[in-house]
Amino acid sequence: MAEIEEGDIILKLDDVTKVYSGIVAVKHANLALRRGAVNVLVGENGAGKSTLMRMIAGVEKPSLGRILLDGKEVEFNSPADAQKHGIGMVFQELNLFGNLSVAENIFATREITRGVRGIDHKAQVERANHFLDKLDAGISAETMVEDLPIGQQQLVEIAKAISLDTRILILDEPTSALSAAEVDILFKVIGELKAQGVAIVYISHRLEELMRIGDYITVLRDGQITGQAMVKDIDTKWIVRSMIGSDAKDFAKSIDHKLGGEAFRAEDISLPRKTGGLAVDHLSISVRAGEVLGIYGLMGAGRSEFFECVMGQHPHSTGRIFVAGKEVIERDTPARIKRGLALIPEDRQREGLVQVLSIAANLTLASLQKLTRFGFHISGQREQAAIREAINDLAIKAPNPDFDVTSMSGGNQQKVVIGKALMTNPKVLLMDEPSRGIDVGAKADVFRTMRRLAGEGLAILFSTSDLEEVMALSDRIAVMSNGKITKVIDRAEATEEMIVKAASEGHKSTREFA
Amino acid sequence: MTTVTTTQNAQAGDGGSMLLTLMKLRTFIALFAVIAFFSIFAPNFLSTANIILMSKHVALNAFLAMGMTFVIITGGIDLSVGSIVGLCGMVAGGLILYGIDLQIGYTVYFNIVEVAIITLLVGVAIGAVNGLLITKLNVAPFIATLGTLYVARGFALLSSDGQTFPNLAGNPDLGTTGFAFLGSGRIFGLPVSVWILVVVALAAAYIAKYTPIGRQIFAVGGNERAARMSGIKVDRVKMFVYMFSGFCAAIVGIIISSELMASHPATGNSFELNAIAAAVLGGTSMSGGRGTIGGTIIGAFVIGILSDGLVMMGVSSFWQMVIKGIVIIVAVVVDQAQRRLQQRVALMQLAKKD
Repeated sequence: MAEIEEGDIILKLDDVTKVYSGIVAVKHANLALRRGAVNVLVGENGAGKSTLMRMIAGVEKPSLGRILLDGKEVEFNSPADAQKHGIGMVFQELNLFGNLSVAENIFATREITRGVRGIDHKAQVERANHFLDKLDAGISAETMVEDLPIGQQQLVEIAKAISLDTRILILDEPTSALSAAEVDILFKVIGELKAQGVAIVYISHRLEELMRIGDYITVLRDGQITGQAMVKDIDTKWIVRSMIGSDAKDFAKSIDHKLGGEAFRAEDISLPRKTGGLAVDHLSISVRAGEVLGIYGLMGAGRSEFFECVMGQHPHSTGRIFVAGKEVIERDTPARIKRGLALIPEDRQREGLVQVLSIAANLTLASLQKLTRFGFHISGQREQAAIREAINDLAIKAPNPDFDVTSMSGGNQQKVVIGKALMTNPKVLLMDEPSRGIDVGAKADVFRTMRRLAGEGLAILFSTSDLEEVMALSDRIAVMSNGKITKVIDRAEATEEMIVKAASEGHKSTREFA
Repeated sequence: MTTVTTTQNAQAGDGGSMLLTLMKLRTFIALFAVIAFFSIFAPNFLSTANIILMSKHVALNAFLAMGMTFVIITGGIDLSVGSIVGLCGMVAGGLILYGIDLQIGYTVYFNIVEVAIITLLVGVAIGAVNGLLITKLNVAPFIATLGTLYVARGFALLSSDGQTFPNLAGNPDLGTTGFAFLGSGRIFGLPVSVWILVVVALAAAYIAKYTPIGRQIFAVGGNERAARMSGIKVDRVKMFVYMFSGFCAAIVGIIISSELMASHPATGNSFELNAIAAAVLGGTSMSGGRGTIGGTIIGAFVIGILSDGLVMMGVSSFWQMVIKGIVIIVAVVVDQAQRRLQQRVALMQLAKKD
């Protein structure tokens, strides 16, 4: 590998470590950001990219290590602090006030005022339009933000960051909601900013984008920096290799067992997006009993939406679903659970757990009717037995099942969510990012459980944006992009590059239609 | 790696400090404190007659507070209970005095059991209206029940043109006598209303602890989205709690008109606030997901004893309001402190284990 040119360093992270309660998110990272260049950051979900950037943007403070700005040590106590030093960040989740106009959003906390006569709305709109014109956004500054499609909202965020006269602009997956034309405009703006000497930090999963726009690249894995290079010296293979590494994680070995007949089939599932277009685009897939189907895709590919459609969470979705050959006509979640479908939601805290209830009550929540006598009395014995069984089967480390579910670690909480789903005796298990936000040991347990369940004849569909995971765990791999399945392939024949390529294919086709 | 913790012999909360235990028992402590205080300073406080009188007062608020507890646990609020009390009192009174005119020259009169059942159904029906507004039309609970508060009160006033239905003794020829039993009757020396309270409270506590619908009430309040994802019929749970609250309010309406042997359309004004106060005092969390029927009953007793005791001591009613308000605020402050302490203790225990 060629030497990295020194360049004009504006900000340096010196041996920075960040620890959250028990989890090390970033380990001894050294990172230099260069002026007038696009500094690209890649890594899988949970690799620590966002944590790193949040420290630079003043959202988090490093547990250890120093931040050097222009060679001087600085300490940011809040995002406002970092902003004062010229650091702006566009977060992956948009931070906009939907109930306010675009101009009001751009000038939030630093309104243009006319002394006692209050906010000068006219001036704000004028200035805001100036920034928006730069982006060719075609947005009027007087529009309510909630009336804009998500892609344009992203542009508003970017306009807001530019309006801050930033010296360092951090963009966390800025293109995940943009159309091809909007991406081109964004890249043009990035080029202009670069020429003005702004240091850009660009985080994305889309490798082709990184190759197109990046100057310096840094790869993160498990909180550690595993590769740093000039983009012109490397290729996508190098990126994939640095992202995944050579040390194999603790994956459960696949148990050889015969696959049964078709357990689940989805036909022509479509879900319209609120802002136009389809979140799930005429998707059809079939899974056999005992088979593990890995669905790989980037954020926003429509995986969660597809699972939610299957569970009957979206009344507007269309298409047909079959379990064990019989069509599921019922459209509500309780009936679909009865028919043998179960979902482990992606967002454990918001959709999986009832935080105020105990571990035990969370486990039995979805199957209370099964534990009753006379149809209304919850039998204490039966409930206790079921809870004990779940705790043993899933190796849940629960000191006492009557404790609040929040007293456990993330991995054990995830096992509780899985236990809850399994108690409904599903035939088809949908797992949305089952390993997100849990530690390595718990991950291994979860993977083992998935294998065991498949061996028992369950059909499992799981989604992930972790390449290694999808390669190691699936019997068959489906790649989703932009609401469509772009590739279905047996694991034996799949290669990482094929999958990465297919994961951005859906966007190319829209480009042609656009 | 896969060590399995056996769950039976795990010790619960040995690290939980003395302070935490005290805080958990705070409603009990408050109850004993008010009882002890008034038995010393209020003459005749501990006389049987006074205790029975007080328990009758407390029972009225306790009914409403139980219904309110379920509603608050789901994360809602029911402001209409006071008005339902008034309207149901008028329904019961009207049925006894005038029956139902069939418009064809006949009037149907009902016996007392039938009157009670019809009145309860009216209460449940208003609860169902609340529930439908909240679940099907997506009206915020505060607004929906504020609306029914006015509507129900309006109908109560319309039913008699604002007048009282006097003398509900009934007519022996029509078989409408015996209404007084509910309000003034005694069984084994205790007022009938207290017996009804015992039955309804036990039923409510049973529902909360041992039935799926009870567990689902807590789940809906704790995390509605997760409850939905788990296949809980959230709308049905919400319908249930508002209907139960209406049912409890109807009971109170019947008992009050029976005690007075008259129905007045303004009965029950601002009862909803006392009910909310009792629930909160008993440890029900306004953000949903937490609360117990037992705690609410004790909360109702604390509030009831406090106001009766202060009256007996001759404290001005203006001061009574100030004191009641302070007690409620202190209760919630202690509740928050307990929750924080509990979390810290739980974290400490977790840290020790690892």
